[in-house]
Parts: sequence; structure tokens; C-alpha cells
Amino acid sequence: MRVAIPIAAALALGAITARAERPADFEARFAAEARTADPAFAGFSAERGRAFFTNAHGGDWSCASCHRNDPSVVGEHIVTGKRIEPLAPSANAARFTRPASVAKWFQRNCNDVLQRACTAQEKGDVLAWLMTLPAKETR
Amino acid sequence: MKLSIPVAAILLVSSASAAESKRAPLPPAYVEECGSCHVAFPGRMLDAASWQAVIGGLSQHFGVDASVDAKTLEPVRAYLEGSARRKPTAGADGQPLLRITETRWFVHEHDEVPSRLRPGGAEAVKPAECGACHQQAATGSYAERDIQMPRKGATR
Repeated sequence: MRVAIPIAAALALGAITARAERPADFEARFAAEARTADPAFAGFSAERGRAFFTNAHGGDWSCASCHRNDPSVVGEHIVTGKRIEPLAPSANAARFTRPASVAKWFQRNCNDVLQRACTAQEKGDVLAWLMTLPAKETR
Repeated sequence: MKLSIPVAAILLVSSASAAESKRAPLPPAYVEECGSCHVAFPGRMLDAASWQAVIGGLSQHFGVDASVDAKTLEPVRAYLEGSARRKPTAGADGQPLLRITETRWFVHEHDEVPSRLRPGGAEAVKPAECGACHQQAATGSYAERDIQMPRKGATR
């Protein structure tokens, strides 16, 4: 029994931390947030997401600076040269499965590109586009 | 007596991380948080004051937002401070250096690097791209035997 408590605790912790979600779960959450922010919310647009992703928004970098214009391939950090695994869920099953990771990277990278947080509409548009990208051979 | 084993284990772990062990694997939390945008630099590359300055400025980390929430940051801080370089890595002005490439030890260790691979060179390697030559950089090993410089004219 002495052993049972730590194991039970570890299992419970594992259940909490390992609760994987799917990209569609994030899309639904962004939609709910966007609707709250704007009752006239009319859904996400993959084309708007693509344009947002590849636009530098008046700064030096776009999302595509590191993730490529086609984020179903391997990217590279523009400053450090570090390999960045594909962002499109079709090419990388780990993407858009962990809420903490998704929140962290949108916060960091939106600040890097836009010097502000992204709106739920913007995040949903980008995700809608990413979800349309077919898997490709990664180099 | 029942308590003694966990306590001994904790002591063992903490003394191992306090010692500067070049072979200890990098903690997963550190690799996860800091190794996404650049190779996870071993703690021994900067002194504790330099790491504290880096950690204190993560929301403006060399021009990018690398902020980490407080809870996630704790194991990162513990690793870096526990494995930090003992010799100081301050600049000429006495302030802690943030760039590893500006430390005296780094400059000294890299004085044999040919100019073609240096900044401005024809085949310049990015300063944070340790893995271009240090084949095991991702695991925290920078041993001489693992160094392989890109050949002249090799496209990377």
C-alpha cells in the first residue's frame, strides 16, 4: 500500500498533463472566444489565415520567416538556424494537441511578429488554414 | 528508516546537480523551454549572475519574447544556477554578459575557427548554431572528438 499512493498520484498527474486535444478542439475554443469578443463573428477563413501568416504586419518578421510560406515542411529559426518541425497538423501530429504549448507559442510569436497578442479571430483563421494543408515529405 | 531511502535519493540527486557534471543529461524541462529556438546551452557556459540576468529578461530575449510562466521556469532556474560556470562571465564593465559568444572562454576556445565560418565569412555559421560543428551539441556535449567543421564549399 505504501507504493500504491505515489503510483496513484503519478497516474492522476499523468491523466492531467497528458490530456491530448485535437486541432479541431482549439478551433472550437477560438470560435467561442471570437464570438464572445464580437457577436457578429462569421467563422474562420483559411485564406485570411494564410495572408495573416505570410504578412510581416509592418515589422521585420512574419510567421513564415521561421515556419516557411508552406508550414507543412520543416522550418528554421531565422536568427539561430535551429530546425523547427512542421507546424501543419497533417505533417506533425504533435501540433495543436497541448493547450499550454499552443498558448505559449501564440503569446511569444504574436509578440515577436505583431508586438501584441493575436485575437481569437486571427488564431482561428491561421489554424483553419493550417488544417487545410496536406502532409508533405519533410526534408 | 522508511523515510531514509527517499531522503537519500533526494540528497543524491541534489548533490549530483550541484556538481558540475558534463555528462549529466540536460533536464527535459530545460530542453523543452529553451531548446526550441536554439540548442539548449549547458549551464556551464555562463556564470550564475549571467543566467539570472538572462532569466530576468526572457520577455525581451535578444529581441524575441521567450517568456516562461513562473511554475515552468523553476526547474529551468534550478538547473542553470546549479550547473553555472564558477568562473565569472562578466564583461569589461563588470556587468554579467548575456551572450555566450562574448565570454572570454568562448572567444578563446574558438580562436582556431577559420574566417570563412565566422560572422561575415563566406560560409558563416550563425552564432547560436553550435550544432554546425559540435555534432553532439543537442545533448550538451562539446567534446573535441565530436567537433566536425563544415567542409569548405559544403552546402548546408
